[in-house]
Amino acid sequence: MKYQVDRKGYYGEFGGAYIPEMMHPNIEELQQRYMEIINSYNFRHDFIHLLKHYVGRPSPLYFAKRLSEKYGSNIYLKREDLNHTGSHKVNNTIGQILLARALGKTRIIAETGAGQHGVATATVCALMGMKCIVYMGALDVERQAPNVKKMKMLGAEVIPAVSGNQTLKDATNEAMRDWINNPEDTHYIIGSVVGPHPYPDMVAQFQAVISEEIKMQLDEHLGREFPTRVIACVGGGSNAAGAFYHFLENEEVELIGVEAAGKGVDTEETAATLTLGKVGVLHSAKSMLMQTEDGQIVEPYSISAGLDYPGIGPLHSHLFQTKRAKYLWATDEEVLEAALELTQLEGIIPALESAHALAALKKIELKPDEVTVINLSGRGDKDMETYLNYFGY
Amino acid sequence: MSTQNRINQLFQNKKENIFSVYFTAGYPLLEDTVRIIQALEKNGTDLIEIGMPFSDPVADGPVIQHSSTVALKNGMSIKKLFEQLATIRETVQIPLILMGYLNPVMQYGVENFCKKCQEVGIDGLILPDLPLNVYQEEFRSVFEKYGLHNILLITPQTSDARIREIDEASNGFIYMVSTSSTTGVKSNVSDFNKDYFERVRQLKLKNPHLIGFGISNRETFENACQYASGAIIGSAFVKALEQEATLEERISSFIKKIVISA
Repeated sequence: MKYQVDRKGYYGEFGGAYIPEMMHPNIEELQQRYMEIINSYNFRHDFIHLLKHYVGRPSPLYFAKRLSEKYGSNIYLKREDLNHTGSHKVNNTIGQILLARALGKTRIIAETGAGQHGVATATVCALMGMKCIVYMGALDVERQAPNVKKMKMLGAEVIPAVSGNQTLKDATNEAMRDWINNPEDTHYIIGSVVGPHPYPDMVAQFQAVISEEIKMQLDEHLGREFPTRVIACVGGGSNAAGAFYHFLENEEVELIGVEAAGKGVDTEETAATLTLGKVGVLHSAKSMLMQTEDGQIVEPYSISAGLDYPGIGPLHSHLFQTKRAKYLWATDEEVLEAALELTQLEGIIPALESAHALAALKKIELKPDEVTVINLSGRGDKDMETYLNYFGY
Repeated sequence: MSTQNRINQLFQNKKENIFSVYFTAGYPLLEDTVRIIQALEKNGTDLIEIGMPFSDPVADGPVIQHSSTVALKNGMSIKKLFEQLATIRETVQIPLILMGYLNPVMQYGVENFCKKCQEVGIDGLILPDLPLNVYQEEFRSVFEKYGLHNILLITPQTSDARIREIDEASNGFIYMVSTSSTTGVKSNVSDFNKDYFERVRQLKLKNPHLIGFGISNRETFENACQYASGAIIGSAFVKALEQEATLEERISSFIKKIVISA
């Protein structure tokens, strides 16, 4: 269990709970109760039931024939884009809304970047009849307008975060401030494997259904449980954590995360945290961070709002440091080309985030007898405007 | 360095109505830091918290977020702040505390940071995102080595048992957060949770405590002073610095509005 969180909430040197005292009661309650709740019969029953009948799981593991031919290897796509609400985010929000209910909370807050986590949160709040407030960077409110409208129709209040660069980091700051101001009735549904312990572990466990299914489905397809490699995009890193989870201890499976390089890792407009960051504390966890020499957080940039974050989950910092996983990066341009390639070879329009994982195909060597699983974390509907502007259709 | 920490001296000599002020270093102008400290002392402030600006101050409301953003744009950094404070003890006698977030301190290097604090004459630190357990395990020994008191926070949600733990780990005073909120929330005396104030008083802690958050005028200051050794004003002071007039005039008129005979 080298890659699991330890009793104090750390992965190696990363993680922990660097929380102000105002958050202590809520975080302590979560730390003490999350394992007991999510392992309880009632929770498991409701979680599995909703994932199957509401989300539509298991999501297919699809053999991408034409993509495989092009790269001379075997490429499978884990179709998280086919989940209800259009991405992997709903796996986590189903888990956390059940947890919030078990804790007796009635008001839900969340941060969102691309709006996928916001929509997934607003969806489960509608399902459970809970009040929902979503913080979203003002810039993201503009560039992800369809998701903002969806959240509103689902009954959520969307509050634009106007500080900083007005993106995901700032939305997270505002959500934390809300929780400090509303310590009693509120649960904060963090959307990624970031934040104070136990969030990184809890969210990873909810997303672990992805790799659990990959193992079973590969067995059905090929009579083997383990692929040669798994590739996933990484912002905070929740879909990658879920896609890696059940392969972590099997060191023969190569794990590849792909960060958003934005306009390039040698420019200032980038979000490639592991490539460029240093150890620090942001949003209550110790992890790799993009920061100045003085410890101020650097404003990130990526064409994909979901990866536009200067930090990364502590699990990934640990996998990076121990070299258990390899982290590559892809630029905006490489990502757009990869998205078009998948669209025209397989008839699947991916989310910009997921297209980062696809862009890795050009950066690694693929052999004919190898099996590569790419986690297609979300669908591209929300990104149509960006695609249409770039390709000029 | 055999002299007693200035924070302890203050609480020994003054048991009530301790008037403490927070400001963000480097705001409104980069070079205002020393002038603000001197004017605060001259106008009767007992204790000063010098804010080290951070890009992502999650425990702070809009006023201190704004002052932090401006200060960083002005070029404030921990290195710059220590340069400004290099000779502060030639003119200022009252206790000085640095307040800020953990990451910039970590990047400066915790031991280096503490050493520098001792050199310039800092008496204590408030790092809201340094929780009690991490402080005890990783920071306490180095803070103590350089004679720095760590000031810990308690809130209306903090249990009696945990308040006692915090009291045990404290050696200057306890920062009693008045309401469950970020800084700068406009509150009235009627919003104060008297049960909480009373509960803490009944615990008969070994450390004195100061009440902060939501203290913005004479009424809230005086009311807080009934339940603690004194109170801390932050956002209201930072906001007052935005007004016209010279820096010294702004500070003196602000303090006169709050303390009758400072």
